[in-house]
Amino acid sequence: MSTIVSLPDQSTATLPKKNYINAEHGLLSWLLTADHKRIALLYMFSITFFFFIGGFFAGMVRLELLTPAGDLMAADTYNKMFTMHGIVMIFLFLVPSVPATLGNFFLPIMIGAKDLAFPKINLLSWYLYMAAGIFVITTLVLGGVDTGWTFTTPLSTHYLNTHVATTATGIFIAGFSSIFTGLNFIVTVHRMRAPGMTWFRLPLFVWSNYAASVLMVLGTPVLAIAIVLVALERTIGIGVFDPTKGGDPLLFQHLFWFYSHPAVYIMILPGFGVISEVVSTFTRKRVFGYTAVAFSSVAIAVFGFFVWAHHMFIMGVSNYSALVFSLLTMLVAVPSAIKIFNWAFTMQKGSITFETPMLYVFGFIGLFTIGGLTGVFLGSLGMDVMLTETYFVVAHFHFVMVGGMLMAFLAGIHFWWPKMTGRMYPEGVSKFAAVVTFIGFILTFFPQFVVGYLGMPRRYAAYPPEYQVLNVLSTAGATVLGVGYMLPLFYLAWSLKYGAIAGSNPWQATGLEWQIQSPPLTENFTETPIVTQEAYDYEWLAKKQERELQHVG
Amino acid sequence: MSIASTITHPPEPEIHPSHDVHEHPFYQKHHFETAEQQREAASFGMWLFLLTEIMFFGGLFFAYLLYRNWYYEAFVSASNSLNMPLGLINTIVLISSSFTMAMGVWSAEIRNKKYLQISLIATIVLGFVFLGIKTVEYHDKFVEHHVPGASFDIKDFVNPPKDSLEKPLTVDMANKTQIYFSLYFAMTGVHALHMIIGIAILFVLLWKARTGLYTTGYVQPIENFGLYWHFVDIVWIFLFPFLYLINRH
Ligand code: HEM
Ligand SMILES: [Cu+2]
Repeated sequence: MSTIVSLPDQSTATLPKKNYINAEHGLLSWLLTADHKRIALLYMFSITFFFFIGGFFAGMVRLELLTPAGDLMAADTYNKMFTMHGIVMIFLFLVPSVPATLGNFFLPIMIGAKDLAFPKINLLSWYLYMAAGIFVITTLVLGGVDTGWTFTTPLSTHYLNTHVATTATGIFIAGFSSIFTGLNFIVTVHRMRAPGMTWFRLPLFVWSNYAASVLMVLGTPVLAIAIVLVALERTIGIGVFDPTKGGDPLLFQHLFWFYSHPAVYIMILPGFGVISEVVSTFTRKRVFGYTAVAFSSVAIAVFGFFVWAHHMFIMGVSNYSALVFSLLTMLVAVPSAIKIFNWAFTMQKGSITFETPMLYVFGFIGLFTIGGLTGVFLGSLGMDVMLTETYFVVAHFHFVMVGGMLMAFLAGIHFWWPKMTGRMYPEGVSKFAAVVTFIGFILTFFPQFVVGYLGMPRRYAAYPPEYQVLNVLSTAGATVLGVGYMLPLFYLAWSLKYGAIAGSNPWQATGLEWQIQSPPLTENFTETPIVTQEAYDYEWLAKKQERELQHVG
Repeated sequence: MSIASTITHPPEPEIHPSHDVHEHPFYQKHHFETAEQQREAASFGMWLFLLTEIMFFGGLFFAYLLYRNWYYEAFVSASNSLNMPLGLINTIVLISSSFTMAMGVWSAEIRNKKYLQISLIATIVLGFVFLGIKTVEYHDKFVEHHVPGASFDIKDFVNPPKDSLEKPLTVDMANKTQIYFSLYFAMTGVHALHMIIGIAILFVLLWKARTGLYTTGYVQPIENFGLYWHFVDIVWIFLFPFLYLINRH
């Protein structure tokens, strides 16, 4: 198997003496930093922490479902488990994951900027994120919340005596964290690009984060107001969603899904960006149809705002609007498919190598495609009425979000690890982890399509015995998956001390981020770069290498 | 041996020194190339933030329009129970404060410290007047049992006082006035919260303006705050007719 890794001579190589990590010392220098790279690391730690918290609840849910009877915990405890799982995973992991960590770290570097436009606001958004996390943890300590992550009214406002208001506050704050991140990214992309970095020379990672930011900025405030109204309804009894006062619970759904459907694209778009970077690097090719891939991000962002009611087909929207929303939903599939096809073409025409990030990309493409196709099933009115609120939906969104986003996140972490830390991760064990993750994933979620199709509803602690085999498979898979997620924790930590020195450009890639030292300086660039090429100009790179070879010969 | 593994040098960075860097004004942050770039970024950021505010209030206006359509009679009656003259006075107060704030921005631009301070103080005073009047209105609603919740009372709408022009509502419709008041308090409450935050920031600006910071050419915080303040006023310009003037007789 060929590989493109080029490491400096290991006997003499050392990390650069001055870099952003050792620029300042002490805990306070981290907690008060305005450096986007350090903030990215702060995010990375905290997001990983919450990912495993969310994972713990997932484990509890799967454990309960091992047997048909609701025997491990009481039904309301079970409700709290899946609610916490959903809330933590969506608001504290998926939404911020790639933008707040990899985006924060690389977006400024990729466009040749010294930092994001508003470094202090960037730090503030990390603090907001942490405050949100503390609220969610507090809810837990107080006894949890059991509305499901969707807070559906009037269930959440009237019938459940759990800590909806505390959680709602947490999510409101988390919302501001992502609004500020989005705002920062948009301004940075518009105003901070280096000379020569035109819109069509932007790396696709920047495009996709830009599109996701637009969604964050426009969608999140609507969620915020919906959540405020729920909290007010619970605490002081205003009646905007309360049917006994003439309010309409459906209004909540409209407001909620107006954010939450675009939110699935907030979660997945930055992942698309990672995939584009990795695919082009490991196929030594410009991404096929660069412009189409760039614009499809924008198209997804725009269409994403017009399909929310497909979450409400069975909740009393009129037949006419259901039909329109069904059609619009199908339309969103188009730009996503464009991306998949373009990545496939890029690979077909390039010379592929199989480093770890690339393995995750294969995982991503396979799983996301399945998830997306089943989304089209759900988007068609007739099918949805039958499949909604079953495990089929659960499998669908786990295929897109876990199979899609999480694979992309891991691909990105491995891809940029050498740049962030200056050291390589160990290749063998990381490939092993990628394969374990993939197998674990299929084993966990594929049975859920089947069991959902057979009619098992979501959100119940007990189920008829005939579904047990599939559930046991799923729980076993979750265990494997858990191992797959734990492995990187260990070997990445190991690599911090023992990993091979990476040098500035181990993948022989073209992006601006690979032209500065690893780990970078606090100011990223000693001189402002002037960009003269389009992104992913591997032909230029190959020619240059040829010339050098001749020179040597 | 594959070609790549013999190449140990990364591609040469396409990095050139950027040409002559001028003296930086003291307020220019290190990561901006020019003060102009910094100013543009800040004002662009502010506009985007206001866009998120529009979406935020948009949710409330959407709810308002929906219910007003459904329960028009209840909305008219409830709206007529508001104190229109006070609302009108407040509208005038806010427009004046927008004017004094605009004066503040202008004073910063012509670098006149005294005018700037006066304008900021005037804006603060007008802000407090607005909040004061709002408190009076809230208090009235409280006394009349028009605050949604346990003590809400619909009798004013079912049996309007003899001398008023109000049409009596059916009990069912009268109940819907509660939604109107829910929205009234939510919308004006969120608006008032924006004012309170604004006044707090004004105090900070005033305090820093005293040191002469904003009359050195560094006008961007004043400019940006001006945008915020005008936005909050504009929201009120929509709230006033929507809430107070639905169907005046
Ligand atoms: C791009 C990544 C996607 C993500 C991250 C995603 C995520 C989700 C999530 C979280 C839900 C569950 C909502 C709930 O709690 O009930 C969901 C449901 C749904 N998704 Fe997706 N989705 C994606 C793509 C798609 C696509 C491409 C389509 C259609 C073409 C689609 C159509 C649907 C529909 C119709 C539902 C509603 C199912 C129901 O509750 O009846 N999704 N999706
Ligand atoms: Cu959706």
